[in-house]
Amino acid sequence: MKTTGKVVGIISNIVTVQIDGPVGQNEICYVQLGDTRMMAEVIKVTGDKAFVQVYDSTRGLHVGDNVEFEGHMLEATLGPGILSRNYDGLQNDLAEMESLFIERGSKTDPLDYNSTWDFTPLAKVGDRVQAADWLGEVTEKWIKHKIMVPFVFQGEYTVKSIAEAGNYKITDTMAVLTDSEGNDHNVTMIQRWPVKQAITQYRSKPRPFRILETGVRVIDTFNPMAEGGTGFIPGPFGAGKTVLQHAIAKQAEADIIIMIACGERANEVVEIFTEFPELDDPRTGHKLMERTTIICNTSNMPVAAREASVYTGMTIGEYYRAMGLKVLILADSTSRWAQALREMSNRLEELPGQDAFPMDLSAIIANFYARSGQVYLNNGQTGSVTFIGTVSPAGGNLKEPVTESTKKVARCFYALAQGRADSKRYPAVDPLDSYSKYLEYPEIVQYLDQRIEKGWVDRVRLGKTLVQRGKEASEQINILGDDGVPVEYHDRFWKSELIDFVILQQDAFDKVDANCPIDRQKYMYDLVLDVCRQEFTHEDFEACVAFYKRLINIFKQMNYAEFGSDKFKQYRQEIDTAIQEQKSHETL
Amino acid sequence: METKAFQKIYTKIENITKATVSLRASGVGNDELATVGGKLAQVVKLNGDLVTLQVFAGTDGIATDSEVIFHGEPPKLRVSDALAGRFFNAYGEPLEGGELTEGEEREIGGPTVNPFKRLQPSELIATGIAGIDLNNTIVSGQKIPFFADPDQPYNQVMAMVALRAKADKIILGGMGLTNDDFLFFKNVFENAGALDRIVSFVNTTENPPVERLLVPDMALTAAEYFAVDKGEKVLVLLTDMTLYADALAIVSNRMDQIPSKDSMPGSLYSDLAKIYEKAVQLPNGGSITIIAVTTLSGGDITHAVPDNTGYITEGQLFLRNDSDTGKTIIDPFRSLSRLKQLVIGKKTREDHPQVMNAAVRLYADAANAKTKLENGFDLSDYDERTLSFAKEYSEHLLAIDINIDITEMLDRAWELFAKYFTKTEVAIKEELMEKYWPKEA
Repeated sequence: MKTTGKVVGIISNIVTVQIDGPVGQNEICYVQLGDTRMMAEVIKVTGDKAFVQVYDSTRGLHVGDNVEFEGHMLEATLGPGILSRNYDGLQNDLAEMESLFIERGSKTDPLDYNSTWDFTPLAKVGDRVQAADWLGEVTEKWIKHKIMVPFVFQGEYTVKSIAEAGNYKITDTMAVLTDSEGNDHNVTMIQRWPVKQAITQYRSKPRPFRILETGVRVIDTFNPMAEGGTGFIPGPFGAGKTVLQHAIAKQAEADIIIMIACGERANEVVEIFTEFPELDDPRTGHKLMERTTIICNTSNMPVAAREASVYTGMTIGEYYRAMGLKVLILADSTSRWAQALREMSNRLEELPGQDAFPMDLSAIIANFYARSGQVYLNNGQTGSVTFIGTVSPAGGNLKEPVTESTKKVARCFYALAQGRADSKRYPAVDPLDSYSKYLEYPEIVQYLDQRIEKGWVDRVRLGKTLVQRGKEASEQINILGDDGVPVEYHDRFWKSELIDFVILQQDAFDKVDANCPIDRQKYMYDLVLDVCRQEFTHEDFEACVAFYKRLINIFKQMNYAEFGSDKFKQYRQEIDTAIQEQKSHETL
Repeated sequence: METKAFQKIYTKIENITKATVSLRASGVGNDELATVGGKLAQVVKLNGDLVTLQVFAGTDGIATDSEVIFHGEPPKLRVSDALAGRFFNAYGEPLEGGELTEGEEREIGGPTVNPFKRLQPSELIATGIAGIDLNNTIVSGQKIPFFADPDQPYNQVMAMVALRAKADKIILGGMGLTNDDFLFFKNVFENAGALDRIVSFVNTTENPPVERLLVPDMALTAAEYFAVDKGEKVLVLLTDMTLYADALAIVSNRMDQIPSKDSMPGSLYSDLAKIYEKAVQLPNGGSITIIAVTTLSGGDITHAVPDNTGYITEGQLFLRNDSDTGKTIIDPFRSLSRLKQLVIGKKTREDHPQVMNAAVRLYADAANAKTKLENGFDLSDYDERTLSFAKEYSEHLLAIDINIDITEMLDRAWELFAKYFTKTEVAIKEELMEKYWPKEA
């Protein structure tokens, strides 16, 4: 018997329900409004009253309306066919909805129950298996989608039977497993998992030891992201958070991308809908959309579902990780998620913490980020979930609760600076404030030694030092005036400008410059460092400025040219010429 | 509002605050309208049989025995083509008197467009103002506010933009508009002979502030009628959204909600987003573009209202008084149109993106030179040239009184480049430089 209840109070989307039986925290229920069934989640219980947050507008709801409890928490439906779909925060497929407007109580299937998949068994009768072990696989797009022992299965099972190779629907029984007590369980291609719980059915979670290449120079060269790592991008509005995230989504060398549009603009999601099906994934030759799943709760969609959207996205990510894949999850923006928590907490009349956010905000954020990571699966293979969230700090002030809580847990920090955005230095990642803790990991240093070049991390640090020295020089110049400092100060400043213009800045809208593979990054970085290591003597500061401006212009043209093309080589030549001219000038 | 036969009348109010009343009643739906002592009110909270109502016009004069009549439905607007050319108050009643418009009744503040059914905005809206068209191009289906101090001519600029944009309908949502400004809009539209394209919903400073909360939803319901049902290109003007947010704060305060930053309600972001996200490019060719005004206090964009707005809208247009030229300009540093990438260099000449960036970069150099000058340092020759460039750029391109087409704006920019700089200093892709750098006269 399901527990039922009646509405006794309504404030905005928080509804108080008088209950006639047991309910659990976070249990899902349906609030009946005429013919419409609106999904809701229990967020507090006091005596015989349950407080539920409704994932829809409560307009027209009456005291006395019926509520039915489902006996389970909010779950994601996992199975083949998730890729390239566009879900809302509750995993309804937006593409399947017919009307222009999202009507209340709209529900569509997350998976296609009619299509068939070509199944190949991997397990044999008699195998001993446990949760998340691979029983077989189907081909989803170009990915080997593993059919696994459901994550909710506890203990060891014996494979009693397994389907032969062939075409099956996702609801067909693919295997029968016998538990230790001798009971049989049917396994289909679908399983369900409560989104707010982490999927931990793996052997171990080591420290990240590889780099996730993104084609963005300021990330890969200066502050690399680890595979299975965490990072966040805070920045005031207009600083280019979304453009940077999209660039990462397009270029990162991950098998699966999950984009969570959390409380952001609908037109930004439309941009992904429109562009990704057109763009090629350079690594596979397929379209980008084929490896992408979008979870979309734009800012005007119900607030409660916004909170759910990040969890739905993370759960899908963990599901694909269990297949031994590299998953990258991008969430824009985690601040909107925190604000959804705040609205809820406020309506429950909880005592507020800083800036009216709930007291446990930082614990919630920490728990969420902790779900990412690289793991060794039961069979010894690796899989990873890399998570990058954006944060939209109120007033661009980084000393606010969401930024501070995130900073405690995320290992990479890509600070977007208003000043850089104002002067159109994109991506506006501040070279000195930003960091990647992974550069301190011996595993990563060793990996980079092999992947790029021995001693690479030291060279990265050298570059950072040069930028730092340039900044100090520029402060001196600003205080003392152009003529008040030795010309070397200008030289030092302009060397840092060279690094800034050539390495740190990147044109996300230029076909060539947008994506810079790691070998090209190394080539350009070496070239720039090489110039920076040379000593030049300039007649006066104006000559110094003119020389570096000339260099920067050639370097920029080089960034716009195809790597290794004739044009590219020609500009390379021009750099040598410029330097030779400078040198010969000096000896005169 | 007419009463209907079966409606129960309540006459026992238990609680009265400045903006709300509470009473015991049954069968009441959330969000539904009621009349309290002849004033319109809306249900905002239900607790057992205790109903809390927000009285739009304020509770002055309401007594514990005032009549309360529930309407059984949320606020609605009658939509039809007859809306065009008319002026309404916040409740959708004709301002100049006269009959209510005919047409189907629609709930205001309705559901959202499925993001998957939207199209990517791709149609440029030309305004003739280079500060907008060249640097911050607006696209149909976009939402963008002017950030301006109260003393700046934002309503004038907005009216100008509205008339030059080739919109099928212009819908004005005025919140806390002074009567003078309201008459200004009326006059400008009348003089332009555009009245038949205009629908206005106006709450002036003479009306109670809480009424404002209905204005954007009314305006956007009308906009959705023309865009969705008729496939028209609709431009919605909302002025002033800061005053709208103030009304939100008043209500939330009266309801004892815990305020977040700047005394604004914790839900401010969602409240504003619900309005702005109505901007849309529809598959039937119709579109809703929203141009709003957010007034600032002393240019402070970190205040909760402009800050939240900036995260919702697709950019912002910053008005600034330029002391060098004495004109109001659109600040190239702080203004931004996020959707410009969709049209510039595609719907406009190929050199547009690079010319725009180069000009802004050189203008930034001029700002640095100015700082140097103010700090008493000598200027280099380059600094001097950037300063002269900045002055002309500001006067001939950024000023809001410019009205030229985009190709001419680009040509003007190239002329200025050639007049003051070398090709290396401008640093644009070589192919473009060869093609567009003005030949020696």
